[in-house]
Amino acid sequence: MTKNKIKWDFWTIITVGIIGLFLLFLIYPLLSLFLSGFKETGSDVWTLENYTKFFSRKYYTEALLNSFKLTACVTVVAILLGVPLAYFMSFYKIRGKGLLEILFIISMMSPNFIGAYSWILLLGRSGSVTQFLKGFGIDTPSIYGFGGMLLVFALKLYPFIYMYVSGALKKIDVALSEAAESLGCSGLRKVFTVIMPLVTPTLVAAALLVFMNCMADFGTPALIGEGYRVMPTLVYAEFVGESGGSANFAACMATIMVVITAVIFLLQKWYVNTKSFTMSSMRPIQPKEVHGVKGILIHLYIYLLAGFSIIPQCMVIYTSFRATHLQVFVDGYSLESYRKVFSTAIQSIRNTYIYCLVAIAIIVILGMFIAYLAVRRKNWLTNLIDTIAMFPYIVPGSVLGITLLIAFNHPPMMLAGTSIILVITLVIRRMAYTLRSSSGILYQISPSMEEAAISLGDSQPKAFFKVTAKMMLPGVASGAILSWITLINELSSSVMLYTAKTRTMSVAIYNEVIRASYGTAAALATILTITTVISLLIFFKVSGSKDVTM
Amino acid sequence: MSVTITIDHTVKKYGDLTIIPDLSANIHNGEFFTLLGPSGCGKTTLLRMIAGFNSIEGGTISFDDQVINNIPAQKRNIGMVFQSYAIFPHLTVRQNVEYGLKLRKIPKAEMKERVDDILRVVRIEEYQDRLPDRLSGGQQQRVALARAIVIHPQVLLMDEPLSNLDAKLRIEMRSAIRDVQKQVGITTVYVTHDQEEALAISDRIAVMKLGVIQQIGSPQDIYARPYNAFVSTFIGHSNLFWATVQKSGSQTWLAFRNGYTIEMTNLVPEVFNGQQVVVSVRPEEFSLNDDGMECEIINRTFLGKYTNYFLRFGDGVVLDDQPSIEYSQDLGHVDRILDTGSKIRLRPNPNKINVFSEDLEQSLIRDVKRYDEE
Repeated sequence: MTKNKIKWDFWTIITVGIIGLFLLFLIYPLLSLFLSGFKETGSDVWTLENYTKFFSRKYYTEALLNSFKLTACVTVVAILLGVPLAYFMSFYKIRGKGLLEILFIISMMSPNFIGAYSWILLLGRSGSVTQFLKGFGIDTPSIYGFGGMLLVFALKLYPFIYMYVSGALKKIDVALSEAAESLGCSGLRKVFTVIMPLVTPTLVAAALLVFMNCMADFGTPALIGEGYRVMPTLVYAEFVGESGGSANFAACMATIMVVITAVIFLLQKWYVNTKSFTMSSMRPIQPKEVHGVKGILIHLYIYLLAGFSIIPQCMVIYTSFRATHLQVFVDGYSLESYRKVFSTAIQSIRNTYIYCLVAIAIIVILGMFIAYLAVRRKNWLTNLIDTIAMFPYIVPGSVLGITLLIAFNHPPMMLAGTSIILVITLVIRRMAYTLRSSSGILYQISPSMEEAAISLGDSQPKAFFKVTAKMMLPGVASGAILSWITLINELSSSVMLYTAKTRTMSVAIYNEVIRASYGTAAALATILTITTVISLLIFFKVSGSKDVTM
Repeated sequence: MSVTITIDHTVKKYGDLTIIPDLSANIHNGEFFTLLGPSGCGKTTLLRMIAGFNSIEGGTISFDDQVINNIPAQKRNIGMVFQSYAIFPHLTVRQNVEYGLKLRKIPKAEMKERVDDILRVVRIEEYQDRLPDRLSGGQQQRVALARAIVIHPQVLLMDEPLSNLDAKLRIEMRSAIRDVQKQVGITTVYVTHDQEEALAISDRIAVMKLGVIQQIGSPQDIYARPYNAFVSTFIGHSNLFWATVQKSGSQTWLAFRNGYTIEMTNLVPEVFNGQQVVVSVRPEEFSLNDDGMECEIINRTFLGKYTNYFLRFGDGVVLDDQPSIEYSQDLGHVDRILDTGSKIRLRPNPNKINVFSEDLEQSLIRDVKRYDEE
């Protein structure tokens, strides 16, 4: 045995520092959550009672089943919508393709709950379409419950499928398609024996992503689910506990959710690792002109889908300018909602921007450090860091909120109710984008740049900040913008953690919708949507591409 | 099974841009026919027209007596090997090879036999259950070849199949391809820009430039008796000299600009006294001779089997704009390597050298034809 003496250089200190942060803010809280699920409410006695209670009462198992049912349906519909879209957009020349792509990405990046909210505005009890049709004596089916959630989730999540699958289609060399033809195969048969199998690994990866995203979302079922109980709303109700809930029981349910998402995540990893193959495309497939009835149908499909996807954004903006009187919409237009927002909810706007700016600064620094460690200082410890950094990916937002609350609800780390805990949650939850883009760019930068700086007399940290970090910035920026967009739209975790003083915009929107104060909610949502769109446009400019997949 | 391919006044256009103005050629049943030319000469375009991936804007292409202009690629019964191999990455080696047979609804037992056979012929039996990811370039090449041949196509089309391999593997694979082609006896059209590869592998070669066939012939003919100066300089190296024809009685001489003369016995009878011509001498067609033309060695490269010398002749003796004037000395027969800067005398071999018209377009050697079957 050789004794490996640790060399205490700059990067060792960073490694230890990051491990310390992870232990404190991620491992310890998750462990507390896990343990408190095995404790009796209000005491420290170990018990399995929470789990037996969950699995023996239909009230709870049904919610779990509902979650699966909903998620499975959403995934199937998202695939059915997204795959043909990706195929058409990649194989045919579509009019207005550039604009359409932007629309799909906007609807993908804007938060679920705004979609739910605007479909309520349209098809809800007092929704405009509902009222309009009622004028003719037509009753519309209820938007609340399973159907509504399916609509909102499917429309929000199919762009994920579209983005991933069209990414994979771009990697197919046209020679593969020609090879099939030279062997006597064409048309639909070629699509199903060659093209589809080539994108299947990507499709499965994207589908599991959709599955996790839908499973973990709190905002949509909270707003539009009503009687249809799913896990995230159940956990929330139990934890916030207006009806005498128990934190321990909530912890038990949260653990169950984490286990489910973790299994799905591992399945996805396993599938991608074993089933995927590398494709390098020398000549990508060129889109063809499409004419006649076929062309019209294809265009119609794409335009309709894009139209439906962008309705929520348009509806929200439109609503924000409608005149209201005592929370009820009246005829005419005004800036009343904005005036009200700026007098009563200005705090939440300020909070959103301040928290998110602080969080994004921390994310960028941590992301660059972790990426550097994982790429340039490969050892088991830095590998561990890289793996742990992906953890938050599988922890649903509401669960993460509860986790941190349980962990930091007592001295010496009394963080509950502070803005600090919100920022910490945001950082943990949304670091992944920045981390991925940072390591992506780092692989393209030659290590010899930094070595040159050191050989000329720079210290390690100096060489990093003056050379490598500067060269990384453009790549990091694109990931950071995506992180930023998801930060400002974060609801699932914030709704667990906020107090009257630390409310963010998305929480305020949620509160206003619950209070049926639709005007102010719309004004806030508009501000959020516009921030999102502007950030996205900056992203396109910075990254020079429309690839928002991770 | 295998067919004759007749290309008759074929035209290829992209919009207003004409790639192939008017091209005709006959490819015999069972022969290995190579399209050779620099990049952009239209060789791949022509191959893809035969395959059916490019449309034909004029003239016809026929397999035996059947015009195939309007038959889609998947119905032409061709086997194609792509530059990128285009092996389906989601299928194993065996499944790749089976793919075309399944489409043809071949019975299970026969399919197994045919696949086993071809895997043996191209020597990839041991890899048959692997995914293509795990294969080397040469192995992928063999899979692509097996997949194309196993369907018993009427013609085999190969688009620069060796260009992605390293030099050593390229040589190994080209004899493998040649062997398999002879064993199966299938009409093959092969595209390459590598003249050495073309010489080694082909029954006949068509040298192309700017969409026009410059010469069709056997590798030996193309090398020894090129039809024009382009073919002579594109295939191997040729040094071009200015010369004048001198006729007196039954004798014909070539007078170089430095006054050196040699007698020629194989020029066409149409040459006249005083005609300006271009003489093409390959580096190995020179020999050291005290009665030779004087020149100076300006550089040399030792290449093992022989040494290449780079030469300078007097003003106006050679054509301008040639990359180099070379003489190669076979080291099997001499023991003295000449020094840079020394003056030597070289004699061109009159039985080997070629003579072209002043515009470089036509050979003046007797019996040299542009197309070997006119």
